[in-house]
Amino acid sequence: MKSQQAANRPDNTAFTQQRLPAWQPMLSAHFVIPGFLLIGMAFIGIGVALYITSQNIQVLEKDYTGTGQYTACSECADMQTIPCICNVTFSLTTLFTGPVFLYYGLSNYYQNYRKYQVSRDDVQLWGDVTKSPGDACAPYQYIDNKPIAPCGSIANSMFNDTFSLYQIINGTMKLVPLDGKGIAWWTDYNIKFRNPSAQGSLQDAFNGTMKPVNWSKPAYELNPSDMNDNGFLNQDFLVWMRTAALPDFQKLYRRITSGDYALGLPPGDYVLQIEYNYAVKDFGRKKVVFSNVTWMGGKNEFLGVAYIVVGSLCLVMSVVMLVVYAKYKFADENA
Amino acid sequence: MDFSALRNLISRYCTGEENWVDSRTVYIGQREPPPGTEAYIPQRFPDNRIVSSKYTFWNFVPKNLFEQFRRVANFYFLIIFLVQLIIDTPTSPVTSGLPLFFVITVTAIKQGYEDWLRHKADNAVNQCPVHIIQHGKVVRKQSRKLRVGDIVLVKEDETFPSDLILLSTSRDDGTCFVTTASLDGESSHKTYYAVQDTKSFNTEKEVDMLRATIECEQPQPDLYKFVGRINIYQDRDEPIARPLGSENLLLRGATLKNTEFVYAVAIYTGMESKMALNYQSKSQKRSAVEKSMNAFLVVYLCILISKALINTTLKYVWQADPNRDEPWYNGKTDHERQRHVMIRAFTDFLAFMVLFNYIIPVSMYVTVEMQKFLGSYFITWDDEMFDEELGEGALVNTSDLNEELGQVEYVFTDKTGTLTENNMEFIECCVDGHVYVPHAICNGQILSGSSGIDMIDSSPGPDGKEREELFFRALCLCHTVQVKEEETVDGIKRGIHQGKATSFYISSSPDEVALVEGMKRLGFTYLRLKDNHMEILNREDEVERFELLEVLNFDSVRRRMSVIVRSSSGHLYLFCKGADSSIFPRVISGKVDRVRARVEHNAVEGLRTLCVAYKALSQEEYHNVCQLLDSAKLALQDRDRKLAEAYDLIERDLILLGATAVEDRLQEKAADTIESLHKAGMKVWVLTGDKMETAAATCYASKLFRRSTQILELTTKRTEEQSLHDVLFELGRTVLRQHGSLTHDTFSGLSGEFQDYGLIIDGATLSAVMKPAQDDSSGNYKEIFLEICRNCSAVLCCRMAPLQKAQIVKLIKASKEHPITLAVGDGANDVSMILEAHVGIGIMGKEGRQAARNSDYAIPKFKHLKKMLLVHGHYYYIRIAELVQYFFYKNVCFIFPQFLYQFFCGFSQQPLYDTAYLTLYNISFTSLPILLYSLIEQHVSMDILKRDPSLYRDIAKNCLLRWRIFIYWTFLGLFDSMVFFFGAYFLFDNTTFTSNGQIFGNWTFGTLVFTVLVFTVTLKLALDTHYWTWINHFVVWGSLLFYVVFSLLWGGVIWPFLNYQRMYYVFVQMLSSGPAWLGIGLLVIISLLPDVLKKVLCRALWPTSTERIQNVEKLYQSHLSEFTPLPLLNSSLPDFEAHNINPRRSGHRSKELMYTHWRGTTGYCTFSSTLGPPGIGRTHRLVGLETSV
Repeated sequence: MKSQQAANRPDNTAFTQQRLPAWQPMLSAHFVIPGFLLIGMAFIGIGVALYITSQNIQVLEKDYTGTGQYTACSECADMQTIPCICNVTFSLTTLFTGPVFLYYGLSNYYQNYRKYQVSRDDVQLWGDVTKSPGDACAPYQYIDNKPIAPCGSIANSMFNDTFSLYQIINGTMKLVPLDGKGIAWWTDYNIKFRNPSAQGSLQDAFNGTMKPVNWSKPAYELNPSDMNDNGFLNQDFLVWMRTAALPDFQKLYRRITSGDYALGLPPGDYVLQIEYNYAVKDFGRKKVVFSNVTWMGGKNEFLGVAYIVVGSLCLVMSVVMLVVYAKYKFADENA
Repeated sequence: MDFSALRNLISRYCTGEENWVDSRTVYIGQREPPPGTEAYIPQRFPDNRIVSSKYTFWNFVPKNLFEQFRRVANFYFLIIFLVQLIIDTPTSPVTSGLPLFFVITVTAIKQGYEDWLRHKADNAVNQCPVHIIQHGKVVRKQSRKLRVGDIVLVKEDETFPSDLILLSTSRDDGTCFVTTASLDGESSHKTYYAVQDTKSFNTEKEVDMLRATIECEQPQPDLYKFVGRINIYQDRDEPIARPLGSENLLLRGATLKNTEFVYAVAIYTGMESKMALNYQSKSQKRSAVEKSMNAFLVVYLCILISKALINTTLKYVWQADPNRDEPWYNGKTDHERQRHVMIRAFTDFLAFMVLFNYIIPVSMYVTVEMQKFLGSYFITWDDEMFDEELGEGALVNTSDLNEELGQVEYVFTDKTGTLTENNMEFIECCVDGHVYVPHAICNGQILSGSSGIDMIDSSPGPDGKEREELFFRALCLCHTVQVKEEETVDGIKRGIHQGKATSFYISSSPDEVALVEGMKRLGFTYLRLKDNHMEILNREDEVERFELLEVLNFDSVRRRMSVIVRSSSGHLYLFCKGADSSIFPRVISGKVDRVRARVEHNAVEGLRTLCVAYKALSQEEYHNVCQLLDSAKLALQDRDRKLAEAYDLIERDLILLGATAVEDRLQEKAADTIESLHKAGMKVWVLTGDKMETAAATCYASKLFRRSTQILELTTKRTEEQSLHDVLFELGRTVLRQHGSLTHDTFSGLSGEFQDYGLIIDGATLSAVMKPAQDDSSGNYKEIFLEICRNCSAVLCCRMAPLQKAQIVKLIKASKEHPITLAVGDGANDVSMILEAHVGIGIMGKEGRQAARNSDYAIPKFKHLKKMLLVHGHYYYIRIAELVQYFFYKNVCFIFPQFLYQFFCGFSQQPLYDTAYLTLYNISFTSLPILLYSLIEQHVSMDILKRDPSLYRDIAKNCLLRWRIFIYWTFLGLFDSMVFFFGAYFLFDNTTFTSNGQIFGNWTFGTLVFTVLVFTVTLKLALDTHYWTWINHFVVWGSLLFYVVFSLLWGGVIWPFLNYQRMYYVFVQMLSSGPAWLGIGLLVIISLLPDVLKKVLCRALWPTSTERIQNVEKLYQSHLSEFTPLPLLNSSLPDFEAHNINPRRSGHRSKELMYTHWRGTTGYCTFSSTLGPPGIGRTHRLVGLETSV
């Protein structure tokens, strides 16, 4: 009987009796008001630093859609002559501190459209062009029963305007070297994307596949000047394949890091020569952006302002709470 | 139960309504009657199996699936899953199919296990052996094989296996004694009678020779009604027919007592026995929280559908421009172009539904299930609810109702065995103001108080001595107790005990037994009634013989009984015993004042008091009495009235001898428990099958009725005088006059300023009240009754049949506030109310396990109810309330950004988060912290909850799940999700935020939002946690860490089984950027700020008493001593007065007294000497039961 009782008896441990030792914090004034003060001051500090940093970033934007208020490249906007080359000129009065980054930006362009988004085949892009491309690539899956490589809407709609920048020095155009290396993620270039492997040239590897409908050249001829920048590993292609989050987006085109321009673009007149191929005027706009970056990336005032606002709010709130406490709480405690 | 119902239905249809028989014919011993009798109608009866289980092996899967998919949520998930299978959706079917499968399986396993336990219990009952007479021999069979018509042999202390007609007993007179304690709660012995023609049968052979049929009505649930006829065939003669009534019917569940054996024939078996018919079918109980949850679910479903509709509409408005519908870069396939626009729109709608379906979290149901299941272990583990005596702790039969324990508004409790120990004890008697306490208990350890308490040893003088002995003789003679002397039954086995015959007293009134036993301890032993002479053994061990001349039986109107005896010396005496109110007016001499004082004192203590008076009769007077009685007895009309008149004439001009006090001992701490429940705002109703007087005394003892309580009576006695209509309206006026001018605070009774009402109603009146109205004028009896009840702090319902108990519960449940009810009981008679109430609690009592088995929770003692409700119930409620609100909140936070994202992705159903995040968000990233919170959160400590029951009111009426709070949480969720989404939006605004100028894509955007989301909702929970054990730390920080590690891993490897690698290195790239870190920190803090602010301000400006207690607890933690009543520390508690209910005793004092009083047997003689100052409450009301308005 005794042992049976013992067997029935529940374990008398702190856990089973719900008496585990515990820390019992409370959101009391003693704790919250100083907390708010601290957070407020810290945030204002961070905010000011961010804001100042952001103010020091230089940005130069040039819309070259060719329609509407910006007239640059209007001669090419109707897309009649192919290729159509137009020039955008601008002048700098101060040094545009380097390294300078060249972006192209599209607006009202839905790279995040669901059907568009999935219209790719990551297995193919990992170097397997022999298998049939995934159904998600439709309608850019096959041409004449030959698989398209790279298949899908994303690849098909790859941005194909090209830019070259010249500084006008005494009436002559001096080419500003643009660096196309490392504009895509390191992991995309080295791991996630792979060219198909075959004996012989890259062209052989792509044998039996078709180029995307909109492309003028097949994948293995994207960059004739650098053999390693072709196929699925073309940097511009990689950048394009990382689909943008929002309908207005920028993508990195080139860096200006070498030669005379390593420290930045000196004051002077510049010409940006654009090969105008990409049609956006029906739904949106395109632009080119020069910008330099700091540790916090490109120019973005939001973060700094938000930090300052939230910090100030915290300070105000701590004062409000102090008043409330002085009025109610302490009276209450004395009672 | 389903079975018999189904069978009835089928047979009804098969035979056609006309052929449906109202009676059944039972062939005793399964033998057909001799030919030539009435047409032989074969009838099929169910076997004797009791089925309380829900499923069988075969129907488990379909039935369980059906039941589960009847739940709105499960059905909804099923639909979503099917939609995902059929159409092209943004997310994989696995994301909803897997969790659904998991939920269904877990629930099915749980329910299957519970049903298996029920099967086991059923089998134990169905397989216990019974003895059946077959072919003149006793055969042992399993109980379930017993058939209608079988003759059964039942031995002493065995329980009847089915409803039986008594054929013969071991006693010569064909009677047997039965206790129906487990059926209707009456533990007294009742006498049943064998059929006249068969009572002489004494052996199996004889019984087996019997050829007879029984015709009786079809089974019906009324325990006290039975009509039948037995036809006995002897030789070739016409059968002898004898009527059968309920006095011949032994009910299943009752126990044979004091009778060696009986032979009886089974007529109602299995689920048709009256006990089983008094069960109610087990329906699944839903807690109030679950109902709120379902309501919220519907709201969210509406939100979901409107979200999908809005998005679908906007999508088609937006893409009216062909450049948006199909821009050149995003070509459609021919197949897609050819689809009809309506089909496309419908598919889009479904796709949006699927995309947003996570707003109704499938995992909430899993988590709630798990919380309930695991949480219920804390009840079974609770050491404080472990009973040493029984060797058992609390049991949880249904874990679905844990939180309902924190919501109880009405407590319906059985009396016998639940409140009381069902054990009468003679406490004291008082002769002319001298108090006598039985030696055997006290051994002279009386603590004399201020009033004159004498001991038996102090001799009150020769005159007093005579009176004293007369008093004792009166008690020994004036009763209807039977003596069962073991000697006469079985001389050898036992009975000779220390040279004296051991005898047992049996009576229909346990009080009388207690009195006679008490007298025995005081030296006067009632021996027997022999040849109409009562024999008493007095103190000098001499036998005194009194001739019993007349017995004027007890009835509840007179409330007294008398005997007329002739002593051996030839003197004639009338001894009268009765309730004080019926004795005092008839007394002409004696020390009335002193006795009255004592009676009042005892009544206050909750003892059951009786007064004793006598009168000496001359021969002439006796002659008159005889004439009076005879003429009344012989009257053919109005016999009852004439008898009453005669009694009234006889019982007058009495001389008061003294008073007695008997205690139906309350269970340990029963009064304390009831007091706590009252303070916690619950209304306690006592529902008992017992007599009104007995029950009322218990109510006084258990502090349910107080001295100041004004008792309203709604009993047969009163309705005989006035019409029910008048009584009801009068009571209604009385109550409403008081409360009309006051606020509708039902707890007001305790503030002491105005009247506190208690209602007593009996079963007969109740059924009159409940009867559906015939005409409009009386149509709202129920309403008036409910209104009266609402304004009474305590209600006592006596003489209740089991189903009536359930009816009461149902009535309250259905009243307009829809209060949460709890029923607690220990016997089979309580099962129906236990099943009916929202929460049913069984006491593991002496009367078997029926109640415990059918209850939702079983506890060893009534006192455990306190911890069960005040601590466990409270905790479970706040835990699950937070769980539910938090779940909806975190899923709003989760899904609303995705909704907002649709505006920026052309309404294309693009998911914001990766599939892994979508699936795992609820399953692993945010599930464990809330689960563990909902298992171990303690917002205030256990001791405080127990010490301060009023905290229970802070959570009354489901207040943490009110719409206001739900909307607050929802808006908080909306605000937070806006912060997440637009914060990330502006951060991503057309720029890079890495130092190498590279650009992030849409998956980084989603991951950023998701990271902020996971951190915010987890930290929000951390802010809500008041009780940080190491487990909480482990789980909260562990979950966040797990999220980070998982993201690193998920993005760190090219997963070969995936056909997309969109998350590859996204997380690491994001973390490599400084602004991402700063942004996450900023957004998390912005999201949490308003909630922190709200908490701090509310706590300061409008604190609930729980929050006050928390503050106080914090401030005074070190000063708190064990016995300081907590409200004293904070005088601003609204119901501080409630603590000192008794204005004469401080709270501290009353506690002390209570303890000494209930500590146990040694505490008996501790009298509380505080008879308060005269005048206060010394009205006639005090006497207790007698009062009516």
